[in-house]
Amino acid sequence: MKSSIIIVSFFLLGLLFGHFEIISISAVDNDVSLYALCCLMFCVGLSLGNDFNTLKRFTRINSRFYLLPVATIVGTLLGCAIISFLLPGRSVMESMAVGSGFGYYSLSSIFITEYKGAELGTIALLSNILREIMALLLAPLFVKYFGKLAPISVGGATTMDTTLPIILKFSGKEFAVISVFHGFILDLSVPVLVTIFCSF
Amino acid sequence: MFIAIGFMIFGGILGFLLRKKELRNISKIITILIWLLLFILGLEVGANPQIISGLTNIGVEALIITLAAVSGSAVAALLLWKYINNRRKDFYEE
Repeated sequence: MKSSIIIVSFFLLGLLFGHFEIISISAVDNDVSLYALCCLMFCVGLSLGNDFNTLKRFTRINSRFYLLPVATIVGTLLGCAIISFLLPGRSVMESMAVGSGFGYYSLSSIFITEYKGAELGTIALLSNILREIMALLLAPLFVKYFGKLAPISVGGATTMDTTLPIILKFSGKEFAVISVFHGFILDLSVPVLVTIFCSF
Repeated sequence: MFIAIGFMIFGGILGFLLRKKELRNISKIITILIWLLLFILGLEVGANPQIISGLTNIGVEALIITLAAVSGSAVAALLLWKYINNRRKDFYEE
């Protein structure tokens, strides 16, 4: 929670600096964010590939649960595609690009800003922060009405770190490895899906 | 556009090759880069009067998309949960 607040604070600080022209936008060349993004992705890949112990644990999962990340992706994208018809001025692809953040607000908003501009990037930031908050606060409700897998699906890409404790509390400790596996696959899918939907 | 993903795959392969070594500072570097990039996103939003004046609309739109995404994934999880439990029952009955 503390780290999320710090991340949002940096966004708000930038907002103030930009609004009151303390740092003018031309000073921050567009290339800077692309270089930083590539460095970031390199480091993300490095840390995922390096975590061999986590990768090894995935072989112990019951094969049916391998479908859970697929269910999360398909369910999220369908929901976003359907709702886009109610949003004037928002295309199906833009709505699905925002949904493809799966709660990973930092990475998805950065990617979408790079590809589609700051407006859709801000929508992605807010939307995916809201998704994480809902996953944290509404977990007991999701278990009650949608079964024990629902808090994991709703948690999206955050189920290997921030929302893991909540999931273990309300779905049960036996879902620990499934939850980490789900978060791992969703983490990887965020940059890929966001890039695909932004390229249309 | 796919260049960032290329960097991730390259990092993943390198990380796997170096799996015997503990890369301690990586998560710190990731955090700092995320701070920097979100600060830049803030700068762009703050300097754009159109986005600032439409912030309420943007917020409502974000909420609507989130509700759709969350409901969609919850329903998909429910369907998978039922499917898994049915299969389990069949398995015991056999």
